[in-house]
Amino acid sequence: MVVTSPGNHTTPVTPSSGAAGAVATTAASPRTTGRALGLHASRKAGGPKGSAPTRSVAARRKDLPVALLLIIPSVLGFAIFYAYPTLRGIYLSFTDFHVLTPPSWVGTANLNELLHDDVFWHSLQVTVYFVVLSVVFGTLVSLVTAVVLHRVTRSSALRGVILLPFLISNVIAALVWQWMLDPTLGIVNIALKNLTGHSILFFGSGGWAIPSLAAISIWKWMGYYALLIFAGLQTIPSTIYEAARVDGASEVQMFRRLTVPLLRPILVMVVVLTVINSFQVFDIVQVTTRGGPANASNVLQMYIYEKAFNEFDFGYAATMSLALFVLLIAVTFTQLRLARANESDLN
Amino acid sequence: MAVTLAAGTTAAPRPRSPKRATKLSPGRILAWTYLVVIVLITLFPFYWILRTALSNNYNLATNPSSPLPVGFTWGAFERALGIASTAQAQAQGGSGASLDIALYMRNSVIYATSQTILIVLFSAAAAYAFSRLHWRGRNLVFNILISALMVPGVFTLLPNFVFVKNLGLTNTFAGLLLPGALFQAFTLFFLRQFMLGLSSEVEEAAIIDGAGPLRIFFRIILPMSSAPIATVSLLMFVNAWNDYLWPLLITNSQSVEPLTLALGVFKQSSPQAAPDWAGLMAAALIAALPMLLLFVAFGKRIVNSIGFSGLK
Repeated sequence: MVVTSPGNHTTPVTPSSGAAGAVATTAASPRTTGRALGLHASRKAGGPKGSAPTRSVAARRKDLPVALLLIIPSVLGFAIFYAYPTLRGIYLSFTDFHVLTPPSWVGTANLNELLHDDVFWHSLQVTVYFVVLSVVFGTLVSLVTAVVLHRVTRSSALRGVILLPFLISNVIAALVWQWMLDPTLGIVNIALKNLTGHSILFFGSGGWAIPSLAAISIWKWMGYYALLIFAGLQTIPSTIYEAARVDGASEVQMFRRLTVPLLRPILVMVVVLTVINSFQVFDIVQVTTRGGPANASNVLQMYIYEKAFNEFDFGYAATMSLALFVLLIAVTFTQLRLARANESDLN
Repeated sequence: MAVTLAAGTTAAPRPRSPKRATKLSPGRILAWTYLVVIVLITLFPFYWILRTALSNNYNLATNPSSPLPVGFTWGAFERALGIASTAQAQAQGGSGASLDIALYMRNSVIYATSQTILIVLFSAAAAYAFSRLHWRGRNLVFNILISALMVPGVFTLLPNFVFVKNLGLTNTFAGLLLPGALFQAFTLFFLRQFMLGLSSEVEEAAIIDGAGPLRIFFRIILPMSSAPIATVSLLMFVNAWNDYLWPLLITNSQSVEPLTLALGVFKQSSPQAAPDWAGLMAAALIAALPMLLLFVAFGKRIVNSIGFSGLK
């Protein structure tokens, strides 16, 4: 388990009161305490203006060429495949560009088209619906699973089992669920027919397409997020719970007052990851519905793909990508502000 | 590990107790029921892949709810592997189109392996420079690089496609690898975070002994970071193996297309009216096999690494 406890996370998360802090500190094993101290020292040394007592100025000067050498691949990769395409993407979104001919500047024509493109707004709606379903149910199921697992068993085999879907590709997940949800031969529909008398066109009806896709996505990612939360649970010292129990706290109280607040940084991260991933959903849509029926599951990424690679309207596709980018930045910033508020809460 | 948490409401401070000592309270029964349901939902599709893959595609329609393979046959695997003759395949409900899965498998192996090795090597080197070396502008450069986390794949996809296409690298492994092999913000961030937490004592001793930064990197920091390096390697391999969208854009030739794309090809080659579900599931199983083997071999490490990867 040493693997799972990098130094910076063993720093005991303590409530504000001094007494509880003392409890938490004594709870840390000698090794974790040592690690935490080591971290503390290295943080000091690594800080921007921090003094590095063991490092002479000469040593620093020697570091620079080596450092530059070591970061060359990363800087190149960043410049060529992140920074440049970002700028180019912004430029392309103001052009008319059909790949074979060079882009020609059209100003805000694409933006105007976007504002009046009903399909785009519909796509946005559909995508947000997918994101909301994935975030709400995905996070909820992951949280409950992690907490239940953490309370009843230490079996890493069981944790492994729930992680299995994470390891297979979206394509395979989509294929097997499409087969299981098949209107006539799918096992889920046969079971439904026996229970309720009628089957559901999961991918064939407008109302069910997005929930079905969200369910596949949740199935695939639930184990991963549950394990993230599980790891967070492991960093909470058990003494905190023991203290609460001595004080007569109930299970529900402990969950609400201890587990959830102490987990908030991890929960925020899980939500941020889910939002970012869900906004960009593509694979499972492309394999199953291809945006149909009648655009019911035409998520943004799918629409962008269609525009760019079937209609070769790269300029407009770039504009939509830019819109999605701006949207993601806005959402992520909001969430990160939440996360930062948390940090000050806990430390 | 907070074992005592498992002891339920009535738990007095009890020493780490083995399973038999725990009481069967209603809460525990509820918890276990929940877990059983979750595990069933998780595992059932895998069983259904196997059950379908071992069925005769024509017979599937006659008994769709049978929990066991219908008309047991290896035919679906033979179709997926392309070793069934056209007549044979059509007799069992396949399309007769063959799928050279060995070739796709090779492509996936080349792509995922080189991607993993390159990105982990480059990220570890940069992480070292950003965590243990001291130089002016270090944090500024790091923050700029890490801002890439904010740029969604969606946005860089089209310009990158145009760029790689202009380089003439479509349908090559180089084109497939380039965007992801040099730099990924997550691996850099993750490895740097670990290296920041390393105690500097050993490093200092090495400096006093006159070791240079490169020597310290290879002899001290890399070995000390072997656990997180193994972790990101596994994660990167899984990611690359399952990659779909970028290969979809950049390749349309059998000689470089990875397995994920082959599954789509196989699906489209199925007769429109009745898809060859048996063949499709057999192909899916073959495609997932390396991940399943990886899981059997490194399950525990993967499980632990996920938690590790999540801790910022």
